[in-house]
Amino acid sequence: MRNAELSEMSYLTRSPISLDALLAEVSSPACGGTCLFLGTVRDGPDEHGVTAIEYSAYEEMVEAEFGRLLGDARGRWPEARIAVRHRLGTIPVGEASIAIVAAAPHRAQAFEACRYVIEGVKQRIPVWKKELRVDGTEVWVDPSGRPTSSPPVPLSASRSGGTHD
Amino acid sequence: MPAPVNTATLATVRVRFFARYAELVGRSEAAVSLPLPATVGDVVRRVREDFPGAGALPERPLAAVNLKQAKLDARVQDGDEVALLPPIAGG
Repeated sequence: MRNAELSEMSYLTRSPISLDALLAEVSSPACGGTCLFLGTVRDGPDEHGVTAIEYSAYEEMVEAEFGRLLGDARGRWPEARIAVRHRLGTIPVGEASIAIVAAAPHRAQAFEACRYVIEGVKQRIPVWKKELRVDGTEVWVDPSGRPTSSPPVPLSASRSGGTHD
Repeated sequence: MPAPVNTATLATVRVRFFARYAELVGRSEAAVSLPLPATVGDVVRRVREDFPGAGALPERPLAAVNLKQAKLDARVQDGDEVALLPPIAGG
């Protein structure tokens, strides 16, 4: 299923992510292993009644940076076939905000390439999230997964977890 | 060396704010003019001075120039797009 709102080549969608479409993008008879990573919206014991997360992005830069990130990954694993989709908008608990698929001739490259891309997303892809809570409050989330303090703390080069891990 | 007051030395950059920063500044973008040579850090200083609410932005935010992360000492040119990015929280 193609994303109707954004261009065919977009890494972004505002609809639920179609895993079938992503898997089809990387499918190849030469690939014997395919790794799929899903990041899903979480309401665990450390959250405070999260009902959904609102994702926003610097969309033009997301497209450019995903291009560079996947280029880097393909440089490291030339035989790997990689596809990624990040969902924006309000995403309910349990649904996927990001899906990454990496297919390769052997499973090691598939796992490694998939891991490389999600770690790169956490460091490089300009997406932000605001938790929507059951008590009606809305809280920006910082990269360590904690609510942003006020006033905002200066950014250091942090890498991090997120709402899912 | 003092920059001569001459329109030829002025650069206008489009500054974009996202997520929490957009809420703090109360807008998603602004045009900022400043004398060249200028850096991303100069743009940040100008924004923090000129816009109510922008004083709450960090002095050293993550920034991008023309869709690519840039350091605060990176030079800006007329027509550049400078984005101030809250801590990245994607995935």
